Amino acid sequence: MTLDYPLIWQNLPLYLNGIALTLKVLLISLACGLALAIPLGLMRVSRACLLRYPAWLYTYVIRGTPMLVQLFLIYYGLAQFEAVRQSPLWPYLSSATFCTCLAFAINTSAYSAELLAGSLRATPRGEVEAARAMGMSRLTLYRRILLPSALRRTLPQYGNEVLMMLQTTSLASIVTLVDITGAAKTFNARYYLPFEAFITAGLIYLVLTFLLVRLFKLAERHWLAYLAPRKH
Amino acid sequence: MLHGYGSSILDGAWLSIHLALLAMALAIGLGLFGAACRLSPLKWLAVPGEVYTTVVRGIPDLVLILLVFYGGQDLVNRLALALGYEQYIDINPFVAGVCTLGFIFGAYLSETFRGAFLAIPKGQAEAGMAYGMSALQVFVRISLPQMVRLALPGFTNNWLVLTKSTALISVIGLQDMMFKAKNAADATHQPFTFFLAVAALYLLLTSASLLLLRGVEKRYSVGFKAAEL
Repeated sequence: MTLDYPLIWQNLPLYLNGIALTLKVLLISLACGLALAIPLGLMRVSRACLLRYPAWLYTYVIRGTPMLVQLFLIYYGLAQFEAVRQSPLWPYLSSATFCTCLAFAINTSAYSAELLAGSLRATPRGEVEAARAMGMSRLTLYRRILLPSALRRTLPQYGNEVLMMLQTTSLASIVTLVDITGAAKTFNARYYLPFEAFITAGLIYLVLTFLLVRLFKLAERHWLAYLAPRKH
Repeated sequence: MLHGYGSSILDGAWLSIHLALLAMALAIGLGLFGAACRLSPLKWLAVPGEVYTTVVRGIPDLVLILLVFYGGQDLVNRLALALGYEQYIDINPFVAGVCTLGFIFGAYLSETFRGAFLAIPKGQAEAGMAYGMSALQVFVRISLPQMVRLALPGFTNNWLVLTKSTALISVIGLQDMMFKAKNAADATHQPFTFFLAVAALYLLLTSASLLLLRGVEKRYSVGFKAAEL
């Protein structure tokens, strides 16, 4: 079977706009998600029950329900309440782009918080003892030792999470956004050529995946150089 | 509270569970086959195995679901026309869903199974051989029971992701709980209520799976002690 390459080429702008939107949604949700994940991860390993259990419940519920349900709850669900529709936030909450970024940010924050909590728990004992011996206060200890060290060690798993998020962004097409998948859907609706439409989208995602893998390899070489096996 | 839509959503949940179980059965088969291919010394088996796992894991589930549904429909109808069958054939979304999810998670599971197989010390298989067991006997008696223990954490993870992915099949028209909830939400103008109910059902499903699989893990870890930190 041969694909209609000239037609794909002709519709390249459609896909390019899709790539731009996918990357925009991905970057915004990752940045907001990470900003949320740091306090959540710290709460998750805290000794205070009042901090630990709410964070546990949050990550458990978010990780136990499908992303699509969370997206629908925010995009379609919130409009059910009169108070939301009257609030000054309504112009944002009725926008598909805003709701999608919000839902994705909440989702990735739960997964990233768990990753960060795992790294914090795996902090070598000696690092903490050394910091205490230097007379650091708890706040300084977190700021100078625990967080930088744990964030670095989370990098390889966080790379996986970013790849999963890239795939998750395809759900944006379900709430009317024209991202890469949305471009493929438009293409298919216009010409009824499903193979051309979705194989092109699949290839674009594959290329983006390989680029991100490369990027994280470079980042690991930079920030995790001190953990690499010794070369003679 | 659910305006009489409760039982319809529960029917949808039942369908989602069926979908997840059948897709998982297919994924286990494909995963074992894929792992066997990748572990094979024969290049013409190992390379396609690697391509399968890499390509499938790099493309979003939704794109593959749409490709299989629309593309499959196109292919089936062209094939039917070539064979002289004039009527339009509709692909069943349930069948499309089982096939696509099975195909996707087969790729993820083949990685899990391959890792589990590689984690078993080589000497055990050699000892089996020394006792005069055939390659098949070594696999069934020695490797397989231990692979269950070693693959369980990865399997649990994949099962949870697959369960949640079933929600996507509503996009191609399967009347699962997501689809039923959307209908009910449109009819009653209470989307939050119904999607929250679906979220609760999914949470119940994932929590129950987690408890069950933890029990299995305990059963298969008898005699093994984790390193104390």
